[in-house]
Order: sequence, then structure tokens, then C-alpha cells
Amino acid sequence: MTVTRANGIPMTPTNVAPVTAASELPMDEVTERVFAVEAAAVDYGNHRAVDGVTLDIGTCEITAIIGPSGCGKSTFLRCLNRMNDFIPGAKVSGRIEYHGEDLYGPKVDAAEVRRRIGMVFQRPNPFPKSIFDNVAYGPRINKYKGDIGDLVEEALTRAALWDEVKDKLKKSAFALSGGQQQRLCIARALAVAPDVVLMDEPCSALDPIATSRIEDLMVELKRDYTIVIVTHNMQQAARVSDRTAFFTTDVDDAGNRTGRLVEIGPTETIFTSPTDPRTEGYITGRFG
Amino acid sequence: MTTTLEAPALSGSQRPPGRLLDRTFRGVVLFAGALVLIILALIAGTMVNKAMPIFRSEGLGYFTHDVWDPAHAKFGTLAFTFGTVVVSSLALLLAVPVSIGIALFTTEVAPPWLRKPVTYLVDLLAAVPSVVYGLWGILVLAPALPGFYDNIHSVVGGVPILGTLFSGDPISGRSFMTAGVILAIMITPIVTSIARETFTTVPQSLKDAAHALGATRWEMIRAAVIPHSRSGLVAGILVGLGRALGETIAVALVIGSSPQISAKLFSSGDALAAVIANQFGEATGNTRPALIGMAVVLFLVTLVVGVLARGYVARAERRTGGAV
Amino acid sequence: MTAIVPPTGSITASTATPWRRIKSAMATTGIVGSLFLALVPLVLIIGYVISRGWSLMATSEWFTGSIPILTRAAGPGMRPAIIGTLMITGAATAMAVPLGVLGGVFLSEYSGGSRFGRVVRFFAEVMTGVPSIVMGIFIATIWVAANGFSAFAGALALGCLMLPVIIRTSDEMLRLVPRELRESAYALGGRKAGTILRVVLPAAAPGIISGALLAVARAAGETAPLLFTIGFVNDTNTSLFSGNNTALSVQIFKNATQVYPGSQERAWAAALTLIAIVFVFTILSRLVSTFLGRKHQS
Repeated sequence: MTVTRANGIPMTPTNVAPVTAASELPMDEVTERVFAVEAAAVDYGNHRAVDGVTLDIGTCEITAIIGPSGCGKSTFLRCLNRMNDFIPGAKVSGRIEYHGEDLYGPKVDAAEVRRRIGMVFQRPNPFPKSIFDNVAYGPRINKYKGDIGDLVEEALTRAALWDEVKDKLKKSAFALSGGQQQRLCIARALAVAPDVVLMDEPCSALDPIATSRIEDLMVELKRDYTIVIVTHNMQQAARVSDRTAFFTTDVDDAGNRTGRLVEIGPTETIFTSPTDPRTEGYITGRFG
Repeated sequence: MTTTLEAPALSGSQRPPGRLLDRTFRGVVLFAGALVLIILALIAGTMVNKAMPIFRSEGLGYFTHDVWDPAHAKFGTLAFTFGTVVVSSLALLLAVPVSIGIALFTTEVAPPWLRKPVTYLVDLLAAVPSVVYGLWGILVLAPALPGFYDNIHSVVGGVPILGTLFSGDPISGRSFMTAGVILAIMITPIVTSIARETFTTVPQSLKDAAHALGATRWEMIRAAVIPHSRSGLVAGILVGLGRALGETIAVALVIGSSPQISAKLFSSGDALAAVIANQFGEATGNTRPALIGMAVVLFLVTLVVGVLARGYVARAERRTGGAV
Repeated sequence: MTAIVPPTGSITASTATPWRRIKSAMATTGIVGSLFLALVPLVLIIGYVISRGWSLMATSEWFTGSIPILTRAAGPGMRPAIIGTLMITGAATAMAVPLGVLGGVFLSEYSGGSRFGRVVRFFAEVMTGVPSIVMGIFIATIWVAANGFSAFAGALALGCLMLPVIIRTSDEMLRLVPRELRESAYALGGRKAGTILRVVLPAAAPGIISGALLAVARAAGETAPLLFTIGFVNDTNTSLFSGNNTALSVQIFKNATQVYPGSQERAWAAALTLIAIVFVFTILSRLVSTFLGRKHQS
């Protein structure tokens, strides 16, 4: 089965997960799954930070992960591009499949994973380089053979930043405003041609105007990329996402907090008629 | 930072001892603080004073002539300055890459449990007194090196510049290069320590940014760690330079005490601090002021280097908003 | 929109060239290698000192006998130098530590942000970089010229070396003491001097003591400041103020340049003794900061 992307380039990975019958899919449409997560858990030493997460992420959609703070949303997100590898003592268990391949398989090249599954962080973190060099960094380390200038221009255009910076590409990235820096970080992530873009509360450090520009950008980007966004802003999740996952925290007798997935479904369903009372409690509590 | 609170006057029950203690204490600590300035001023003042006669009689030639012959009242210090510069440069060239490597090991490569032990071990290098370095240098390292030097020379002998650089006949192995090697070992701990402090201030978000783009470890270091650490590394290099310039005893023992200006790094030479140590004891007449003059030069140069280093530390601190 | 093409294929195969991974591996090797490059000399030096110095140092005459008068004579005897090192370092510590701590108190508690305070702090740091030989020449010029060689002269020179280091450490440790501690003492009616002596200094004590011990370790190993200030003797001189004296570091320096194996042997043994003293203080310094420091954690 081939899936054609909106940009006309057919995607024919060698290992495509077979499509199961629609009734088994937790998704309403028969779309392809990018991630299939089963009973994933994260331990920091003896402490289980996240437990029992089972969900699917569909291609070219925006999936939002919401929930109270400290419920492991970011920790789970970082599992999807193996960023937890860098935390000493962190262990990921369960099964996480990316296009049908085990993301944590023994032969997997983690750097390749991170190239394909990009990430935008809570605070903009441009390199201390020029705007141009920031975007060019990824292609350069991947020994991009074509015209870097064109590539940078395309990435910045896709990130809705080109018009604002095209005359000052050589200026330091820090000369940009917070919202512009975050779009620069998005452009930087797009420049390595990822398949998925993970966003960890990308707007929490930005003002409302910058936030809404990035939200518009997300909706545009989902035509070509799969996006998973962690946000503590429920209205944002309601505005931009196609599917929403709600996490919560369980506190055991000793006071240890473990994050869990409560439910996941189409955004409209989650926000109007959630199945689980905890979801409803969280959503109404916030709105009320 | 703290406000001086004075107890309200309780009529009749003043505590004069408390007040007196406060005042005397304040005076004492003020003196202790000023002592630094007093001593520095004294050092500068008395030494310049003693060296003045030589500066006057020799003029600029003191710095530019290369003949040092006290017996015939010839006081040219150029050869010593040359030696100091060469040996310090060699030390920096050898020590800085190694120190950066060790610092990177501690902050980026080593597993967490290994970090403290490695740091302790490297700091142990700093605990060894310089005279012990010199002893080992002159009795063990220097005699072992001529064979090594010959090997290097036979390999690069034909190459134009390298051939001259890596040549020379050291007296029982004591040479510019030997002194440079010993100095490099001696300044490694301090440069490593500063580099390590700098590397730990690299924000995790910067490293995350590189990783999230699929960078390898080395690419991440080049993109996030090194650019962020520029000021701190320069400060470390300057501090290392300052130590190298002032290091007396080890250099005195292994440099060979033959003042000469030569591009042959394997030949013997002499340096400012070393010659003072070797000749001050028996110096008479005008030689003593001449040696003191060299001490003045050393004092001023290390002062300048120290000020520069401080400037870069301040820059690094401003950048990271934290301690370096 | 064709410039950015997403990669395809299994994630077990890197689309990056193998050269990137090789470069990273090479860099890691270089980094680990530099560690060994530094540790090898450490092991060699300590190894040589122990192996060449142990036999002479392990005799009782080493600690009781005088230094042989004839340099070409072989055999032990370094008591004058051992006593000398301990005496001179001790005297230097006694002068530099109180003054240094008080100087640190000045910087941290009294100078505020004043210009004078900043100048003092700046020059204290600069003074830590003054070469030790300059200190030696300085004291030789202003003290020895008038009063002759003595252990005290050496102590003066060493003290000048130690002073800025102790000022800086004390300053840093005192500034780490939380403001609330001082304020609660003042709120009880305390005065400044009393509070500093009774509350602030004790709180900063572990760090200050640890720093002082480190400075002592460094001072014990110094040679250049002593070369022209203490003179030379072969017999123990316990007088601090009168008469020449000697120290381990100076003995090592003088014997290192001799061709006689007997002298060289004494140099190695003296080096071993000196390293032992230095390491004892270094380890003491670490222990103080680890254990006393822990006790003071709130």
C-alpha cells in the first residue's frame, strides 16, 4: 500500500504496518499509523514516571497530548524520538513502533531516528549562530549535496518566517523575537526533512500573538508532516488538533507520581463527550 | 549586601564592649583587605626602585640585546625573554588540547559515576610540587629524551621548517622542548578545571537542539558545547599562560641554562624566571639589580595576563549568568 | 517544493554517511586518549618518586640525622629540612590564615559593592597569579637585606603567596552563607562583629578550612620563595627568627643538580617526604569539605 503525500512524493517505506480492520482501529478514518505504542512505560531508576501507555499516532494529523502538569506528557513525548536516551538511568519499556519497526530495536540508529522525528522545545533554543547557519546546520551535518541556500529558503518559507528574515540571514539568531526564534527552530527542524515533528509545549514561552501564528503554522504543516504536540493549554489542543490524548497522574501511598494515559480519541469527541470521568473532570474544571 | 543594624540606644545600658568590638573589628578587617594593595604596591615599588639603575644605564638595550655576560657588565635579556615565550607557547600548545579533551571526557563522555574520581585524579597532578616535577624532569625525563628527539629528527629532518624546529643538541636532554613538556603537564590541571567548569554551564536545551536534529556526539559538541564556551576557554588558556610564564623551578632544572636564541627546539636555552632562580644567589654588584629587573618584567607580564584572564571570566559569566 | 525530500527506508540503516559516525568515534577516542595522556605522567612521577626515594626515607636516620656536609656523601639525614619545612610553613600559615580570613570577611561583609571593595577583590585575584619567585625576590630585597636569612623571612614570602588565595576562598565561602542566617542573628539584637564571629564564620568554616588546608599544601611544596630568604644549613635550627634554615623543597632543588648519586638519592627521598606532607594536607582538605560540609547542610 502506498500513501501519497500532499507534496506529490510517494512514500514507500519498506516496512509499512498492515492496515487492520477499521473496527479495531482507535481512529475514525483508515489512515496510516506512524506510531503504534503498546504498554509503554518509562522508569527513572526505581521510580516509574510513565506507565501503560497504548495509543496510535496517525499520519499527517495533529495529535495533542494534554493533562495536568507532572503527568509525564513530555517524558512520553521524548520516548518517540529517543531523547530519553540522554538521561542517565532512564529506561523505556513496552513497545513503540515507528512505521512498523521497533523504535528501540537493537540495530536502530538513534541519530537517524532523531533526524526523521524532529523536535521543537518549550523554550526556543537556537544555536549561537546566524539565522542562516541555524537552519543550515542539519543539512550540513547530513552532507546535503544540493544548494543550501535554496534549502534554507524553503525551510524558512515553510515555517512562515522567510519574509521576515530574508534580508538578515547573517544576523545572529538571538536578534529575533521569541516567537520568531521559535519559528526559526521549527524551520531548523524542517530543514532535515523529517517525517514527524514533535512539539513540547512550543508556545508556553510566547505571547498570545506569537502563539496564534504558530498555531496557524501547525495547521499548515500537518499537510506534509505528522505532528504530536504536548500542551497544557486546552484551548490550543481544541483549536488545532485532530486527535487528543488525555494523561493523568496517579499518586501511590508513598507519594510517588506515575503518569498514565486515560483516553485518546478524536478531539471533538474528547472535548464534548469524553468516555472517562477523569477526562471530563479535567476539561470541565478548566473551562469552568 | 547586609545592613548594619545598630541596637537602639538603651539609656544607661549601653554595651560599650560590643560597640568597641564592632569598631576595632571593622578596622582590623579593613586593614586585612587593604593589605593586598599594600603588598602589591610594595612589591612594585621596591623592585622597580632596585632595578632602576640598570634600566637607566642599559636603556632599551636591556630588553633588546641578547648577550648576558655579567662578568663584562653586559645585561641583555632578550635570550631569556625568548626562552620564556618559547617554553610557555610549547606548554600551551601541548596542554590546551589535552585539557579540553579531559574536560570533555568529564562532562560529555564519562558515565556519571566516573566523573568525580577522574576530576580528583587530574587535580592530584596539581598537588605535586613543582620542584618534584623538576626533579623527575632532570633525572628521568631529560636523559630519556635525546633518543626520542633523534627519532623525531630523523623523520622530519628533511622537511624545510619542521626540520630546523625539531633539531638541536640538548645538554643531557635539557631543552626548550623538555621544559615545554614538563610545563604542559603542570598547567593541565588548572586549564582542565576551568574548561570543565565552562562546559558544565552549557544549557541542556542547546544540546537537546543539536540532538533533536540527529547530530552525533561529536557534532553536538561542535555545535553546542564549544561555541558556548569560547570566553571561558580563553580565560582558561590565559590562566594557564600565566602559570607557565611564572613557573620557575621546574623550568630552571630542565631547560639547560644556556641562554640562546635558536629555532631549534631540542637545544638548550634559558628563561626569565629560571635564570633568576639560578643566578640570584651568587649575584653581586650590578647583576642583582639586573636580575631584579627581570623579576619586574615577569611581575608586570603576569599582571597583564591575569587582568586579561579576569576579563574573559567576567565575559563568560555574563553569558551564562552563572559561575565559571 | 522538491528541495526537502524526506528519507525513506529502515531506521536501522543510517542515511548519514558512515564517515560521520567514524568522526564521532575518533573524537571520542581522542577525548579518552587525552585523559590517559595526563594520567600517565602522574603515575610515572609518583611511581619514580616512591621507587627511588623509599629505601632512603624508610630509615630512622632520615628523620633524625643531619644533612651530610659533603654533598658527594651518600646516606640519609634530612631532619633539618623536615623540621624547617614544617616550621616555615606553619609560621606562614599562622600569619596568612587569620589575615586572609579577615580579608575575606572584609570583602564579603563590609565592602558592600563599594569601589574600594571591588578594587581589593580585583587585585586579590590578580595577586594569586604573581610568580612565586617574585615574592621571594621581594622579601629578599626588603627584609633579608636588612635582617639576614631566617626561617621567618621564608615564612613571610610564603605568607604573601598564601594570603590572596585564602582571601578569595574565604570571600567565596562567606558569600555562600544564606542572608537569612545573618538576618535572624541581627533580629535577636546581635551586632555585626559578634554575628560574624559567632554565626557567619562558623557557618562558612568547613569551606574556609578546606581552602586553607589546600593553601598550606601548596605552600609546603614551594621552592622559589625560600631560595633567597632562608639560606642553608646542615643541622636542625629550630629558631624561627635567627639563623639560616633549610627546607625540603630547597634541598630537592639543590640536590637535583648534583652529579653525585648520593645527593640524587637524597633528592628523591626528600621528594617522597614532601609529597607525603602535601598529600596529607590535600586529603585532609577534601575530607573536611566532604564531611564537615555535610554536617552543615540544613
